[in-house]
Amino acid sequence: MLTLTCPCCGVAAEETELAPGGEAHLKRFGPGASDEDFETYMFARKNPKGVHFERWRHAYGCGKWFLAARCTATLEVFGTYPAQTTEPPADLIARIKTRRPDWEGCK
Amino acid sequence: MRRYSVFAVAREALRFHQGWARAWANPEPKKRYDVVIVGAGGHGLATAYYLGKNYGIRNVAIVEKGWLGGGNTGRNTTIIRSNYLQDPSAAIYEKARSLYEGLSQDLNYNVMFSPRGLLMLGQTEHEVRGYKRTVWANNLQGIETEWIDTARVQKLVPIMNTLGPRYPVLGALYQARGGTARHDAVAWGYARACSDMGMDILQNCEVTGVRSAAGQVQGIDTSRGPIDCGKLAIVVAGHSSVLAEMAGFRLPIESMALQALVSEPIKPCMDVVVMANTVHGYMSQSDKGEMVIGGGTDGFNNYTQRGSWQHVEETVRALIETFPMLSRLKMMRQWGGIVDMTGDRSPILSTTPLGNCFVNCGWGTGGFKAIPGSGWAMAELVAKGTPGPLAAEFGLNRFKEGRFIDESVAAGVAH
Repeated sequence: MLTLTCPCCGVAAEETELAPGGEAHLKRFGPGASDEDFETYMFARKNPKGVHFERWRHAYGCGKWFLAARCTATLEVFGTYPAQTTEPPADLIARIKTRRPDWEGCK
Repeated sequence: MRRYSVFAVAREALRFHQGWARAWANPEPKKRYDVVIVGAGGHGLATAYYLGKNYGIRNVAIVEKGWLGGGNTGRNTTIIRSNYLQDPSAAIYEKARSLYEGLSQDLNYNVMFSPRGLLMLGQTEHEVRGYKRTVWANNLQGIETEWIDTARVQKLVPIMNTLGPRYPVLGALYQARGGTARHDAVAWGYARACSDMGMDILQNCEVTGVRSAAGQVQGIDTSRGPIDCGKLAIVVAGHSSVLAEMAGFRLPIESMALQALVSEPIKPCMDVVVMANTVHGYMSQSDKGEMVIGGGTDGFNNYTQRGSWQHVEETVRALIETFPMLSRLKMMRQWGGIVDMTGDRSPILSTTPLGNCFVNCGWGTGGFKAIPGSGWAMAELVAKGTPGPLAAEFGLNRFKEGRFIDESVAAGVAH
């Protein structure tokens, strides 16, 4: 079973406690954005086979949103971090690169 | 290709079955094909078949990473139905269902289509109202479905407990012409027919790159060398995003694991397909006697072809209430497949930013039932370069234009 550590309350939560929230770090476009930008924000997804940054909610715990880096091909969890960030923290990126040397980085 | 017939069986019976030929060839890749189809599952093979049959395009390769029919085609619960609410979905699924009726004759291959009837249980007042609405819609679409009461449900499925404490069965949507087919045979039958038309099915041939210039695909790189193509069709279900990334565009798709399981074989006890969408489980009995059970998807991105245990538990727990006899059954096997989910839970048959590249994906949890119709519509799209009436509403532009085909709401369930 997938286990993620909630960075808000520190509990190592099992999958049944958590609600998945899809891709993280989507760039949201404001008023006056083009149709293409809005479509991309709403629907286009990286859906990578490999390293994926994603949103989770500790639904049956503290209730807070957080972010996680996980491999969709092996289900390996690289780490979790607070939702109040615009990009993954540097130490997490470094950890992923040691685990996945051929990873091309955040695109 | 020698036709399969009762005479062929009799002839071979007299000579120790030595004369059966291989059903399809296993050729080396050529340098160039008019059309390359990526993915030799049901949808890819059906696309190739109707390209040859309906449009005379036979210089075709079907490229497959593993073995043909080894992905979701060999992993689904084989249910065939067309009782959809929205007109575009009803049209393409009904086309598929009607093609299934004659598919064994058409392919000269027994796909064991069994129109045994299909029930969608109404277990809450909301569901009852929703399905009655679907029945009216189906009747307007020319699809035979009817609403039947609890007594008739009980008569059709004696093993069902209709008086469940949480979710009593209040009636059901009944599609008498729905049913099942042998999923492997569908892939094998199409493969044999494609091979017979001179098409190349290239197995163990993984696509590693898509070469394009000036907005046109030139060819693909594969683990068995580069192959040039006039047109490229991407029909790869769970890996659609990976292929699209190679081709340089993104799709509104997320890949997730969907699981199924089968019980030990038992005596015939249920001769219809039953779907219980409120509790989220569906079940039929295979010809071998196994109860074939499916449930819902995991909610997170996943390419591992295995799902989470609690989903199996949820599915079985739900079905035990409606089918108490299941509680004593041993489950033999459980497996997962990677399904490609779109935002509106409807498929994508579309042109792409590359002029001669087409995608057929997004069938999500309900692709098997659509195979012949999907192949039919995709062949038209690839051959003509523009979608025909069946595929027209399923273009990628519907997301930009907000013109969704909202079956996730209409069916109240991943299908």
